[in-house]
Amino acid sequence: MKHLSRAYLILIFGILYIPILTLILFSFNSSNSTASFTGFSLEWYAELFASAETFIALRNSLILAVLSALISTVIGTAAAEGIYKMRSKFMKSAVNSVTNIPMMNPDIVTGMSMMLFFVAVAAIIGLEYESIGFTAMLISHTTFCLPYVILSVLPRINELGDSLSEAALDLGCTPIQAFFKVKLPNIMPGVLSGMIMAFTMSLDDFVISYFVGSSNFQTLPLLIYSMTKKKVTPDMYALSTLIIVTVFVLLVLSNIKSGKKLDAKKKGGK
Amino acid sequence: MAKLIELKGITKSYDGQKVIDSMDLYIRDGEFITLLGPSGCGKTTTLRIIGGFETADEGKLYFDGAEISDVPAYKRNVNTVFQKYALFPHLNVYENIAFPLRLKKVAEDDIKKRVGEMLKMVALLGFENKSVSTLSGGQQQRVAIARALISHPKVLLLDEPLGALDLKLRKDMQNELKTIQQAIGITFIYVTHDQEEALSMSDTVVVMADGEIQQIGTPTDIYNEPKNAFVADFIGESNIIDGIMLEDRRVKFSQHIFDCVDGGFGKGEAVDVVVRPEDVDVVAPEAGMLTGQVTAVTFKGVHYEIIVDIKGFKWMIQSTDFVAEGAIIGLYIEPDAIHIMKKSKYSGKFGDYSSFSDEMDRLSDADSAEEF
Repeated sequence: MKHLSRAYLILIFGILYIPILTLILFSFNSSNSTASFTGFSLEWYAELFASAETFIALRNSLILAVLSALISTVIGTAAAEGIYKMRSKFMKSAVNSVTNIPMMNPDIVTGMSMMLFFVAVAAIIGLEYESIGFTAMLISHTTFCLPYVILSVLPRINELGDSLSEAALDLGCTPIQAFFKVKLPNIMPGVLSGMIMAFTMSLDDFVISYFVGSSNFQTLPLLIYSMTKKKVTPDMYALSTLIIVTVFVLLVLSNIKSGKKLDAKKKGGK
Repeated sequence: MAKLIELKGITKSYDGQKVIDSMDLYIRDGEFITLLGPSGCGKTTTLRIIGGFETADEGKLYFDGAEISDVPAYKRNVNTVFQKYALFPHLNVYENIAFPLRLKKVAEDDIKKRVGEMLKMVALLGFENKSVSTLSGGQQQRVAIARALISHPKVLLLDEPLGALDLKLRKDMQNELKTIQQAIGITFIYVTHDQEEALSMSDTVVVMADGEIQQIGTPTDIYNEPKNAFVADFIGESNIIDGIMLEDRRVKFSQHIFDCVDGGFGKGEAVDVVVRPEDVDVVAPEAGMLTGQVTAVTFKGVHYEIIVDIKGFKWMIQSTDFVAEGAIIGLYIEPDAIHIMKKSKYSGKFGDYSSFSDEMDRLSDADSAEEF
């Protein structure tokens, strides 16, 4: 039984990680063959860093991800607080389900509807679609990131309850001070994880960007996709490897941090 | 002592259910007043209305002569010690206590001095840099008290602040709270369901039930002269028997005529008679005014708790002398041990020990906090 469970574990992790490991391996291949490993080289990394197009796309992706993460975090946290404060149970669940729609909706539908909307807006205000390309992209990304922020902040607010805010009011805080001085620091973990989630969702998005994006604002996923129409070159493996390593490092860091917190809590709670 | 806080016709409902019904109450400057009652009697809601966390549906609230019904909590010169302490987990002990002063932009030196004084008062010197989550329940309670008192409020509201502490710690904290209150001389409004706590700490006790004030008075008044069956039963142990007032200072109950010290009732008026268990003397059957059979005896340490069946009504008697179960005993009651009350809607609901069991009477001691 023990052997069986171990074999099962190995199988699952194999299916999960062997493709990624293969990708990493081939990013160091000295030829552009996808079939055989002909020797170690950093050639594709050099080529990657030499390509201006890739860099612009990466920069665009990062700008978009950071901005949409920040904006959706601010709006999402405010929305979560607003939903928490709603008195009517019916309104609460209604607003909750409405905000979840962008998450449930197939990306392709959201993408198409966004595109139609922005094309119409551009036509009405009399601008070329290209000139509102970035704004359109930012608004779309903020929109689909929003539910993830709310989903991560709302449980924290619910858990915290009213007692701390009431204590703050009692001690002389205005409602706004009470929120920033007492509530926000105590829901910060939820806010941060919502922001990270929004960041990765935006960085990762292809479908919606494909519909909304315009030729002068290329993101990384769009660039990679357009390359697959020709032939995927190993410099994309190199790029993917870098992304995987970044994600891995972030994950390890956040795990270490939450691990430390748990230890501190254990000590504190006796 | 001048009136500091006054409630006039305060009414509050939740979902159509009245929790406070047209309440009138005034609180004097510098007194220790306790709102006492079972859960759901409206005492916490009353406190929250005074604190500014709830708004009354009807009625007016005055503070120092000025109406404050619509003044938000943060503008009231009233601070609260919450039931669950509500300390700020992201700040250490020092910063928690300094919080109200930082809001007022008090100078750093001054903050340091005042926090130091507070820490000394609540005996927590040396705990400045500790995280509040590492403190025991009693210590957290002290931090909450220090934080509520540092900005010198005129009134301190305490919402069952000792509910989560174990018995021993609770007794110590009771004394400490009373000492603090006397030392700084401000008004304490204290909410509890624990009658012993209320009697031992308060200058004035307000007994509440079903959203109404049942009686206001000093602890001795409340205990010795309860106004109705509810108060008599809720404060201490009571035998409450149906009686008939024959004339002033003569009452008949349990088919016996007693002398008593109360008057002012109509001739032949039906009344509730209260006899405290500790005021009944156990005597030989032939010497007793009443006789009955002992049905249960429980040893309580200081005394025995004896249940006696007298003509179908079960009395509780506390006596230091042992009486065997099944024995026939006589009861002797002094005139001043008999207290007469007018009939109320609570008559007949309380004061009969026929369904008495220790389990029901035990106060819910919440999870005990650690000693320190």
